[in-house]
Amino acid sequence: MTTSTQDASNEPLITEKGSSLWSDAYLRLKKNKLAILGGIIVILILTACFVVAPILSWVGYDGNQQDLSNRFAGFGEGGFLGTDQLGRDLLMRVLEGGQISLLVAIIATLLTVTIGVIYGGIAGYLGGRIGNAMMRIVDGLLAMPFLIIVILFREIISGHVDDLARILINDWGFDDNTVLRFANLIPLTFAIAGFGWLSMGRIVRSSAASLSKQEFVEAARSLGLTHHRILFRHILPNMLGPIIIYATLTIPSFILYEATLSYIGLGIEPPNSSWGKLIQEGANYLETNITVLAIPAVLFSLTLFAFNFLGDGLRDALDPKASKD
Amino acid sequence: MLRIIISRIIQTLMVVFLLVTFTFFAVRAIPGNPFASDKATSPEEQAALEAYYGLDKPLHRQYAKYWKNIIIDGDFGDSLAMKGRKVTTLLAESFPVSLKLGLLSLFLGVSIGIPLGIIAALFHNRWQDYLAMVIAMAGICIVAFVLGPIFQLSIAKPLDWLNVAGWQRSSDIILPSITLCFGVAAYLARLTRGGMLDVLSQDYIRSARAKGVPKLQIITRHALRPALVPAITYLGPAFAAIITGSFVVENIFLVPGMGQHFVLGITSKDYNLVLGLVLFYGILMGIANLMSDLALIFMDPKLRNS
Repeated sequence: MTTSTQDASNEPLITEKGSSLWSDAYLRLKKNKLAILGGIIVILILTACFVVAPILSWVGYDGNQQDLSNRFAGFGEGGFLGTDQLGRDLLMRVLEGGQISLLVAIIATLLTVTIGVIYGGIAGYLGGRIGNAMMRIVDGLLAMPFLIIVILFREIISGHVDDLARILINDWGFDDNTVLRFANLIPLTFAIAGFGWLSMGRIVRSSAASLSKQEFVEAARSLGLTHHRILFRHILPNMLGPIIIYATLTIPSFILYEATLSYIGLGIEPPNSSWGKLIQEGANYLETNITVLAIPAVLFSLTLFAFNFLGDGLRDALDPKASKD
Repeated sequence: MLRIIISRIIQTLMVVFLLVTFTFFAVRAIPGNPFASDKATSPEEQAALEAYYGLDKPLHRQYAKYWKNIIIDGDFGDSLAMKGRKVTTLLAESFPVSLKLGLLSLFLGVSIGIPLGIIAALFHNRWQDYLAMVIAMAGICIVAFVLGPIFQLSIAKPLDWLNVAGWQRSSDIILPSITLCFGVAAYLARLTRGGMLDVLSQDYIRSARAKGVPKLQIITRHALRPALVPAITYLGPAFAAIITGSFVVENIFLVPGMGQHFVLGITSKDYNLVLGLVLFYGILMGIANLMSDLALIFMDPKLRNS
């Protein structure tokens, strides 16, 4: 089908092959400078945390090496960005903290998407009484205070994970440092996902419900396709847009949840570190040395900015009806 | 109207019932018991404490007892962590503080956010719009635990009449409420802008313009009310959340509000306190949603008939 879709600047987009939803979206995204800037910053931060930091630590830089004679050093002394309250290399601390912050947020987002798509998809496709009952449960849990539900999940899960960690260390002879690092991250990640999937489930349900009423699904049904095939071949591909948009906007909110929990002391524990933890530690030394707070805070806020602008841009690009251009 | 109120009340009661049931069993699923963390308690003393608070009984009996106490006596039970204090007393002490703080920040948030959103929509895709949206995004991305310490250092420190933290002087409400209002203002600005742009592209606005209605009047008389619908839908739940206090902000500025209980209740396994908070929050949420429903009906005549 050749389209003459009008883009933002009212020039008809005439392409020989006809343009798919995705190439249209890409063209629209390219026009949105803030979104592109956000995307570039996201890539830079991901590269810094997951490529540059491992290389630096392989070369010999260490974010946990303390040097009490060299506390609060300035830029370039004892590290590119100076040192923190215990004389540790601030650059390495921030990058390694970022690894944890991003890892927790990205894994929790993947979990959220998986649970939300399955639950919301089933509820939306089934509809009727069962679908409604499934959504009432979601609505009910959403009426719970965020901190209570997340901390509740975290405490329940961490009890079991601690037991498991003890078995792994004592009976299986695993390295206790590695096990404990993971044992700290898992409950937090699952707790955040345990709350986060609720909104995802809602969004997926409403788009699945509206899709399953459309003619092409009716046609698929009348051709006698199985539920499974209709769900996975016809409904799911059409929901990709909203899912991608929401997932992109979920990552910054999960980074924020993780930071909040770490800030109040119920998230990341040493030897792990994260932006929230660094900000909390830095706030204690605000009057002595502001860089210890400023550097993680700036990087953290910049990351939130970048993901949010990218997500907003994707929404405008993939869902032109919702865009206000 | 009456039907909406009644159906909201029934819905709220169902949600609260569901939440309390879920929380009741979930808090008890946390490994350990409320008294194990007290250092000086022997196993016998712990058993005695459990018996005193009725925690040694089978779960279904405890559950039935909990509802009986609430419905018949209006009693939320004793706090397990703060011995000798009732949950209702704890709530009655801390809620007014959080309410005062929350209402002020909500007021600030509304009076900054909504005008900002309107300006952004009126100057759509011009520098005013971009500036307003970058400010709004900053309000979302620069979080309370970064803003709070900065305010303390740069505003409270140089000023004599402003405490860095605390809750004694009447001026102590200023910084926490400013810190708290940023997020609300940011979301409201984005929602108002979206709503306004939606409305401004409608046919009836074009008709009004063609008729020669002055621009200001188009906005105030025709566009504003329907444009505020998304903002009001957001304000319902946000209201309930903000008047019950923010742990982070109250912690930074040492405000003795409700926020602390949300966190300490769970970490100290104070079952009754957590349940009381969930119950209280659920009811507040129901009331807030009802208010926003009624406001929407007032705003949108189409809803009045359906």
